Amino acid sequence: MDLPRMPDLLPDLQSPLMLKSEEGQTMFEVIGERINSSRKKVQEAVTARDTEYIINDVIKQQEAGVTFIDVNAGARIGHETEDMKWLIDTIQPIAEVPLTLDSPDPAVLEMAIQMVESIPMVNSISLEKERFDAMMPFLEGKTCKIIALCMDDGGMPISSGDIIGRADSLVKELTGIGFAVGDIYIDPLVQPISTDTTKGVMVLDATRGIRAKYPEIHITGGLSNISFGLPQRKIINRTFVTLMMDAGMDSAIMDPLDDKIMSTIKTANMLLGNDQYCMEYLKGTRAGSIVS
Amino acid sequence: MTDFNAMIDALVACDGDRVIQLVNTAITEKIPADDILNKGLIAGMDIVGGKMENGDMFIPEVLMAAQAMGKCVDILKPLLGEGSAVSAGNVIIGTVKGDLHDIGKNLVSMMMESGGMTVHNLGVDIEPEKFVSEIKEKNANIVCLSALLTTTMPMMKQTIDAIAEAGLRDQVKIMIGGAPVTQAFADEIGADGFAPDAGSAARLAKSLDA
Repeated sequence: MDLPRMPDLLPDLQSPLMLKSEEGQTMFEVIGERINSSRKKVQEAVTARDTEYIINDVIKQQEAGVTFIDVNAGARIGHETEDMKWLIDTIQPIAEVPLTLDSPDPAVLEMAIQMVESIPMVNSISLEKERFDAMMPFLEGKTCKIIALCMDDGGMPISSGDIIGRADSLVKELTGIGFAVGDIYIDPLVQPISTDTTKGVMVLDATRGIRAKYPEIHITGGLSNISFGLPQRKIINRTFVTLMMDAGMDSAIMDPLDDKIMSTIKTANMLLGNDQYCMEYLKGTRAGSIVS
Repeated sequence: MTDFNAMIDALVACDGDRVIQLVNTAITEKIPADDILNKGLIAGMDIVGGKMENGDMFIPEVLMAAQAMGKCVDILKPLLGEGSAVSAGNVIIGTVKGDLHDIGKNLVSMMMESGGMTVHNLGVDIEPEKFVSEIKEKNANIVCLSALLTTTMPMMKQTIDAIAEAGLRDQVKIMIGGAPVTQAFADEIGADGFAPDAGSAARLAKSLDA
């Protein structure tokens, strides 16, 4: 009896669903949301210029496998420029991954983007007129990745078609000023299931639609909105991310130090055929970061 | 003698059919509609709000209870005395300019209405001038401002300042809320109160109004 050759057992590496890394494996890209001055401890550290706290946090995120470190200095009103500068100065020397520069202010972003060493991500543009008009001139000619929110002046999207239509507009505008589709991270905007039980299916359908239209695009977003207003939120968030990954989400803005959701993502990534020889999964189990 | 406790229990249990049945029974027993509303429905929703505040009831349950209450209010409306439904508070609520989040504000609005207050929900992205003109037009005594973004929180202060400049600050109590908003921020910008969830917002509004 012939044993099956290993390559026959491999996942379909030609699948267009997600971008492959150089090794031919899909990366689920985790945008670490921890360095945000609206979080109490970060705000204290920023105010006190506590370099050690910030460095330790970033190192922990990197050890956990973060893909981008989001940096948001917006919470101390009137201090954003100096706080952003200090944060980047603090993080840059130890950063092993690119930064996500998180501000609505083009002037802050302009300063920040000059400071970073590897190609950053910018968080974010949307179709809200004021933000769109401010961000487009800044983005034109820049080399960066961009998070694009499916938000417009009408408010949150009301159907999967609405989300896809907004994604279409964002892709059209951003590719129009020279962005590659693969540098765009669409955020379809996850909405709470507690106030309307159709909101899960709505964003899942939209994610499938966007993925089918734009195989190279990234689809990201915060996950925890889904569980607003319900108890035991983390089980909802974890279950939701696996459904979203099947629909075509390949990135999330989240806390990489949440072991349980990180191990869920790695496991789902394997089950979706994106972990060659199950190596990342096995590595995780041996390191003790993936447990049943 | 109608047992309002049964009505309250049914509301807290989110059993809409039972609440409606009890309200109809109470009407046939000639219980005054104002009593049914105040001692039954509003009392029940106060308990629902408290349970929400304590994490014993959750948004989907609160929505079910509020919907049941809404149906009962429709039944009671023709029977209520003039103006008697307005037991407390004339509220203007909206999300501040530049911010398009509406869910939290709508929940607060719903809980306040369920508590018997008159609520004018202006919507999202509301300019300070609009709040000012609506306070005048509706003769409001409570103003609720919502912001879900750190970038739109300063607009809460601008709105409060605009209300003060218009000479209306003494006429209204101002409450603020939204995920990034804190009591400290409320103190800093001169708001009269802050509520972390819809249940406590309704309770706070009543205490400010009293």
